[in-house]
Amino acid sequence: MKEKSAAIIPGFSLSLGYTLLYVSILVLLPIAMIFFNTLSMSWGDFWKTITHPRVMASYKLSFGAALAAGLVNVVFGTVIAWVLTRYRFPFKRIVDGLVDLPFALPTAVAGIALTTLYSPNGWLGQFFSFKIAFTPIGIIIALTFIGLPFVVRTVQPVLQSFSQEAEETSASLGANRFQTFTKVIFPELFPAILTGFSLAFARALGEYGSVVFIAGNMPMKTEITPLIIMTKLEQYDYVGATAVATVMLVLSFVLLLLINLIQWYTNRKFLPS
Amino acid sequence: MIEANQLKVYRATEEPRIVRIALTAVSLLFLAVFLVLPLVSIFVTAFQKGWETYIASITHPDALAAIKLTLLVTIIVVPLNTIFGIAAAWCITKFSFKRKNLLITLIDLPFAISPVIAGLTFILLFGAQGLIGEWLMMNDIKIVFALPGIVLATLFVTLPFVARELIPLMQTQGTTDEEASISLGASGFKTFIYVTLPNIKWGLLYGMILCNARAIGEFGAVSVVSGHIRGMTNTMPLHIEILYNEYQFAAAFAVASLMSILAIITIIIKNIIEWKSGLQGGGH
Amino acid sequence: MEKRKNRGFTVLLLAAALMLGACGSKDATVETSADSSKAIELLNVSYDPTRELYQAFNEEFAKHWEKETGQKVTIQQSHGGSGKQGRAVIDGLEADVVTLALAYDIDEISEARDLLDDNWQSEFENNATPYTSTIVFLVRKGNPQNIQDWDDLVKDGVSVITPNPKTSGGARWNYLAAWAYAKEQYGGDEAKTKSFIKDLYGNVEVLDSGARGATTTFVERGIGDVLIAWENEAYLSLNELGKDEFEIVTPSLSILAEPPVAIVDKIVDKKGTREVAKAYLDYLYTDIGQEIAAEHYYRPRNEEILAKYKDQFPTLKLVSIEDFGGWKKAQTTHFADGGTFDEIYEQ
Repeated sequence: MKEKSAAIIPGFSLSLGYTLLYVSILVLLPIAMIFFNTLSMSWGDFWKTITHPRVMASYKLSFGAALAAGLVNVVFGTVIAWVLTRYRFPFKRIVDGLVDLPFALPTAVAGIALTTLYSPNGWLGQFFSFKIAFTPIGIIIALTFIGLPFVVRTVQPVLQSFSQEAEETSASLGANRFQTFTKVIFPELFPAILTGFSLAFARALGEYGSVVFIAGNMPMKTEITPLIIMTKLEQYDYVGATAVATVMLVLSFVLLLLINLIQWYTNRKFLPS
Repeated sequence: MIEANQLKVYRATEEPRIVRIALTAVSLLFLAVFLVLPLVSIFVTAFQKGWETYIASITHPDALAAIKLTLLVTIIVVPLNTIFGIAAAWCITKFSFKRKNLLITLIDLPFAISPVIAGLTFILLFGAQGLIGEWLMMNDIKIVFALPGIVLATLFVTLPFVARELIPLMQTQGTTDEEASISLGASGFKTFIYVTLPNIKWGLLYGMILCNARAIGEFGAVSVVSGHIRGMTNTMPLHIEILYNEYQFAAAFAVASLMSILAIITIIIKNIIEWKSGLQGGGH
Repeated sequence: MEKRKNRGFTVLLLAAALMLGACGSKDATVETSADSSKAIELLNVSYDPTRELYQAFNEEFAKHWEKETGQKVTIQQSHGGSGKQGRAVIDGLEADVVTLALAYDIDEISEARDLLDDNWQSEFENNATPYTSTIVFLVRKGNPQNIQDWDDLVKDGVSVITPNPKTSGGARWNYLAAWAYAKEQYGGDEAKTKSFIKDLYGNVEVLDSGARGATTTFVERGIGDVLIAWENEAYLSLNELGKDEFEIVTPSLSILAEPPVAIVDKIVDKKGTREVAKAYLDYLYTDIGQEIAAEHYYRPRNEEILAKYKDQFPTLKLVSIEDFGGWKKAQTTHFADGGTFDEIYEQ
């Protein structure tokens, strides 16, 4: 199988070579600088910096909130993608276009707008008896906003190019709609959903612009990791900043790699190629 | 004929009406709360002080300079990342090679990196104290705190978009079409143009639109490398931040609404293209 | 085999071409400030709250300079958090002059890259600070919580808004002002002072990353009973955002906030702008410069002009940064990792 496709389709070395070069210059080289800078630290200092209680609290918050927002987006993002490709309703095109909004809006503007809405005297905030802005809930809302298009836009094209023959076959073999969905459609969608989740999650992890407005930034409580990095920079502590950045980098790299592996595995399992 | 056929297909594979309505309602409600309300609040604030203020704030020389810079950056960034995205998706989905997962993860990485760190990496590289900062200064080449720095930071942040849209799509499509085309004697380039491209055009377009939108809106990374010089190195998002910090909320949101309008225009263009080629596709 | 090799070569060529294309477009647009013999450009890298001040001042100075020398001068402004701006200069932002919130930030520039002399602060009068400010409270109209002084801020149920001293230069002045008050109140007892500060920050509801963010939280979001702010910021928000909604309360004791100015020696020598840069900063000390500062609610150094605006600037007891042993010491004792500010949140 491998041999065959490699031999027939041209452009392998061209595309791979270009990809590698581009990624090396734009991604690897800059990231290497982070590690390079961290190297000037002794192991003890490094460990002390990255396990500082405030930093630890920020990891928990950042990962927890990004995970929560990612899950919310998986559920609603998939439903939205489904509705947008399968159903007909008025103003569908406008609704479809709206999904891209979080990309187009500068994150700072999004943060300001969301804070305005959810602060205790805001349009939405006033209806809740508990605080939303300036708490972890506010952070999750901002991260959900940021990540939504990732899930919708990765699931949507797959759904669009999805052949309905399989569904038809399944239906004609007597499966009900729910069975068709869980047994036929979902497995095909799964890689896309996972990609969407990983992108939304990863993006949420590093998000800074929108979160600082809505977070409240209280140490130990609502301080996200990117803010910790910013704080260190503000004190001219480049090395400390890159140390925390290194931790984030390694963690997100491992996570992404894991998700990509799962995806590859499911792909092999479900897609006859 | 085709129409009638399709209708039948839809019926056989559709959910009960109640489920359809419920799902649609949930989606619309979610989008209303999470996307429409913030958008509305932006426009409401933008027009709080009337049309005159709105026009004045978006035609201010600093605002115009910011708009120009943002568009320039986008024009440089989107084509570069599109070419990259196609190349990456091609080699990843059409061939098998070792460490493929590693490569995909590397491409994803810019998403996972906080924009702040992304900006910082370029400072560490090209800043005056950076790896080659000294050399750059001696040759009087400015990268950070000038256009090249802003372009680099934006390239970095938007790098995965096109690739990430194309990879899952091309994976589901497999390699059979291309193999058939090649074995029928078409060249690689022709195969790409006539076989692959039509299959991936929506994904590609989505990717480009996302890349474009994000390039326009990028804030964190650009903020680190821009230098914030008024009328020179301020992009639109940075200009908004400045206005906001000057307590000119109406003006800040006016520029923000302009950015939303830009986004909406790209979306309309996307829909027109989609509709037109949909017609053509139907004619075949 | 032959084909393979060729292909590899094509890859490299193409990649190189694309990269060059990208770089080419960059090179073409690099900095077009090359002088047209007469016009001259200055870059003033400053912190957030001075925007309005320098906008007005730059206009005046440009007029003055043209009249004196016949030369047109444009002053580019760059604003942001003080620390962030200091870092940008260190990393290569070519500022002719810096006008930052703290001497500490300029010290860092001098230390990190030797861009200016160690004793830069003696190059201009009054510690190189042509104008000063102090830290006051902004409360809601009618002062419902009856806040008069620092000890009112630690009372139960009072909600305080101040930015994070770790990210905001202005917030460090706030912190030190509170510290100075507590220190005097408890006769220098450090443990009691710390516990006072801890109580104070225990009442802080939102710790914004910058001074202006804190003002927005207080004014626009309606959060908090009192905002600790620079005097000039308090006045500005009063004027810009609602005179009939807020009032300013001046505490019994505060700190003399000195935002210093300096010429960045190496840059002006490279650009050949020393003369105009020096004239620019000197102009801040003239009557016109002082007047503009006072109009923007910065306390002028010139006694006469200060007296003219005395309604705006009530007299109060002021300690200075020297009472804390200078900025370097204050920074390490209070704001560096493991300093007193960290202690507040870690016990």
